[in-house]
Amino acid sequence: MLHCESLTKTYGSGGRELTVVKNISFSLEAGGFLAIVGPSGSGKTTLLGLLAGLDRPTSGSVTLDGAVLERLSEDARARLRGEKVGFVFQSFQLIPTLTALENVQVPLELRGIAARERATELLARVGLAGREHHYPAQLSGGEQQRVALARAFSNRPRVLFADEPTGNLDARTGATVVDLMGELNRDLGTTLVLVTHDPDLAGRARRTIRLADGEIVADSAA
Amino acid sequence: MNPAFVARMAWREGRASARRLLLLTASITAGVAALVAINSFTDNLRRSVQEQARSLLGADLSISSQKEFTPAVTALLDTLGQTGLARVTTFSAMAYTAAGSGARLVQVSGVTGPWPFYGDIVTDPAGAWGELSRGPHAVVDPSLLGALGAAIGDTLAIGAARFAITGTIARMPGDVGVRSALGPRVFIPGRYIAATRLLGFGARVEREAFIRLPVGEAAQPIADRYRARLRAENARIRTVAESQQNLDNALGRLGHYLGLVALIALLLGGLGVASATHVFVRQKADTIAVLRCLGATAGGVFAIYVAQAAVMGLIGSVLGAAIGIAVQHVLPSAIASALPLDVSTAPSWPAIGVGVATGVWVAVVFALLPLLSARRIPPLAALRQAYDPGGRPREPLRIPVLFLLAASVVALAAMQAGNPRTGLAFAAGIGASVGVLAITAWLLIRSVERWFPHTWPYVWRQGLANLRRPGNQTTAVVLSLGFGAFLLATLFLAQYNLLEELRITGGPSRPNLVFFDIQPEQVAPVSRAIAGAGYPVGSPVPIVPMRIRSIRGRPVAAIAADTLARARQRGRSAGGGWALRREYRSTYRDTMVASEKLVAGRWWGSGRTRGSPVPLSLEADVAADLGVRVGDAMVWDVQGVPVATRVVNLRDVDWARFEPNFFAVFATGALETAPQSFVVLTRAPDAARRGQLQREIAQRWANVTSFDIAVVQEAVERLVSRVVLAIRFMALFSLATGAVVLAGAVSTSRFQRLRESALLKTLGASRRQVLQVVLAEYLAIGLLASVAAFILAALAGWALAHFLFEIPFRLPLRQAATLIGGTAVLAVLIGTWGSVEVVRRTPLEVLRET
Repeated sequence: MLHCESLTKTYGSGGRELTVVKNISFSLEAGGFLAIVGPSGSGKTTLLGLLAGLDRPTSGSVTLDGAVLERLSEDARARLRGEKVGFVFQSFQLIPTLTALENVQVPLELRGIAARERATELLARVGLAGREHHYPAQLSGGEQQRVALARAFSNRPRVLFADEPTGNLDARTGATVVDLMGELNRDLGTTLVLVTHDPDLAGRARRTIRLADGEIVADSAA
Repeated sequence: MNPAFVARMAWREGRASARRLLLLTASITAGVAALVAINSFTDNLRRSVQEQARSLLGADLSISSQKEFTPAVTALLDTLGQTGLARVTTFSAMAYTAAGSGARLVQVSGVTGPWPFYGDIVTDPAGAWGELSRGPHAVVDPSLLGALGAAIGDTLAIGAARFAITGTIARMPGDVGVRSALGPRVFIPGRYIAATRLLGFGARVEREAFIRLPVGEAAQPIADRYRARLRAENARIRTVAESQQNLDNALGRLGHYLGLVALIALLLGGLGVASATHVFVRQKADTIAVLRCLGATAGGVFAIYVAQAAVMGLIGSVLGAAIGIAVQHVLPSAIASALPLDVSTAPSWPAIGVGVATGVWVAVVFALLPLLSARRIPPLAALRQAYDPGGRPREPLRIPVLFLLAASVVALAAMQAGNPRTGLAFAAGIGASVGVLAITAWLLIRSVERWFPHTWPYVWRQGLANLRRPGNQTTAVVLSLGFGAFLLATLFLAQYNLLEELRITGGPSRPNLVFFDIQPEQVAPVSRAIAGAGYPVGSPVPIVPMRIRSIRGRPVAAIAADTLARARQRGRSAGGGWALRREYRSTYRDTMVASEKLVAGRWWGSGRTRGSPVPLSLEADVAADLGVRVGDAMVWDVQGVPVATRVVNLRDVDWARFEPNFFAVFATGALETAPQSFVVLTRAPDAARRGQLQREIAQRWANVTSFDIAVVQEAVERLVSRVVLAIRFMALFSLATGAVVLAGAVSTSRFQRLRESALLKTLGASRRQVLQVVLAEYLAIGLLASVAAFILAALAGWALAHFLFEIPFRLPLRQAATLIGGTAVLAVLIGTWGSVEVVRRTPLEVLRET
């Protein structure tokens, strides 16, 4: 489902080069659940971005559901994301000007699919029935992240990328969100890739990759 | 990406920030309002000209001459005028009433026959025009009654005749109000002209015959057939179509120029849109990155915001068009007295359509450039909050979009100016002005940084520092607000300097009363009478009427024909023709006067014996029109006698000085015996005494006319003010745009300023201090804009005075300070009004929101 080969990312800033991700290769099967852990600045988020095709690697390659990302144009990668990828962010990243329902609809509407019913259903599933017309600012952090989850799953993604999904939530709310993610992983067979600091959360993954200084220092199946 | 989604997203996104977006697009509202108002007004004016065309002339044809009609012309009039013929004979004379005081130079028109054939002359009381020919009646301009302190029913003296004033003119078709500004009109029945005994030698008389053709007969072919023949008889023929064309062209030009001033307001609004969009995109960066993560393409995201700009532009423009229509209703009444006809105020749909389309186009085109950066926001930005944008590639579409922007400005200007060259020049002018204003503003900001007042109280320092907060719109606000102030200041400086020049020339020691048309034998008694009343008498200046017979041996008729042919080849009208054919009123003397400056050749010495040719001095501009250089031979026709001259020098003349100035000055010794009249200047301290003297002279020598320079100055001031008023009115829209752009900037930065002030309050700042910071910020912005504007306006004003008006430039410091202060106060008012919330809300309220 997800495969990367000799992935390297170097940022040049002010004449100095900084290699954030160094020569990383691994494969993840469909329906897998991978946690990427490591200290701050170890390159976790950069790796996630590269795997999701949000940026181009300096060298190496990423294959996502059979598509070789670096062969695709910027717009083609956008379309691929729209069809096969879901995202959950640490800071939720709901569009503040859209209601909860509209936020969930966006990925499907981008593809021209009427999505009202499915979005309503998904919101109910994450426990937000009746809150459809609330704006993000009117929801608590946990509720916002649940809307984000509903949005991430609205297009039935093959892969869900999550960047510190519980980072801004208290322990109980975080647990609810993680439970939901696990449920969706099981029920829909979605491949999960998450970046986290939280050992509890990492413990739920079936596989953990530990990064330090941009390199894999451990890769364990739980 | 599918269009339905783009539309939906544009709507949802816009819905949430509607207030801010509306302010953004309100930037163009004032501009569209100005455009629609002026274009609609011009359309209506032209339609009115078309509808009322025949009444402009009051007849189908007119034949006029400054000489007595020749037998050939009279014969033609008898043939053409069988259906209807009327005559109007116009000359200058002094008028006074038995009861009132003073005397006034007027234009007397003796009317014979049922003129006007078309259109009505409205009088007060009604019906006075119809009664005019019943007896020795006079219908006069209302201004004359005021000037003479007279009333309807009084007896008016003109020369040897006496008339009963039976009414005043309320409205006259085809009257542009400029002629009556210099001399009030008096209409009398034609059969009483002789009784005035004023049409003796040397009187300038214009004779005009008005012809009504049988129904169905076309005027133009007749005019074309007889034009050349009439010209040979020193007569001119005009048709309704021609006067309509002239008026239409004049009004069209006026509309074009005012439209260009309106366009400035719109373009400044565009600048405001660009700046606000720039900030808007920055604030939307997160949303855009998320949309990109969710699969939106760069082009799709771009489309969403372009669609938003277009819709907002449409709303702003429609609002502007509505305001424009309302303004257009007020315009005619504001300048009605200057208009030759009744103007309807129906909304002009073409003007509205063009205005709205232009508004939308400006909104979109100016939003494009900042929106391009929306394409460059990578999806990764959603993941990495502190994403460094430095590494982003340059936008390849930048150059084409910049080109589109420039091309749009030129195209809009060309459309509004009515021709591409003016459009290009205008666009370049705006570009240069904006550039200079921007550089000036930048230098001012830099100098504030360089010499930052570190010792000032904290609130002032914070206010100044706020000018440079991230995402600030200081430049755009300074430009839009400054440009409006610059336009108004330049207009003011031009007007001030023009009028000041007139006032100075009327200084304490200069003559302020002019007597002219004095016959040679009257010079001594008139001078004695003036001196006897206790006023100084200048030396009499002789005036000899004449025409040009030949230049370098070629008759003027042949030269004129050549000039006309060449002009036709180039597709232009012949400007030099008038200089060749006109009557010159020349003088002779051996010295130069103060208002003259030699620019070529040498002045002749006095007292030398000279034969033919006579040394001649020409005014430089008229020499250029005639194509004459120093050394050329010219023969003049002085009342039928040829006088050979040689041009020995050229002069510049300062016409703004109210002195007898001349195109042609002859050396003494040649014209002394020619038929001539004299001008005598004097000075009397106040208007009442000047009026008294005018009246005494007019009563004793009816043919001697006079005018009070102060009256002429007032008339000129009124004229200048009227023109300036219209331009200033349009320029006000630019200032309004600046105010809206400022309000938009205040609104756009609302959230940022809320957080800043919440932080300040958390740290212990009082509301008063927060308010002071806000005041300092907007006072600085207002001063920046107005000082930059005034520097630029002073430059422009100087250039206008120096190159166009050729008068010395003065900078009125007190008024300058008022303008600068006013703009700053405007900025402070808008800034604080938009910041009430910032001061009012508690820090906790704000911090909980974030």
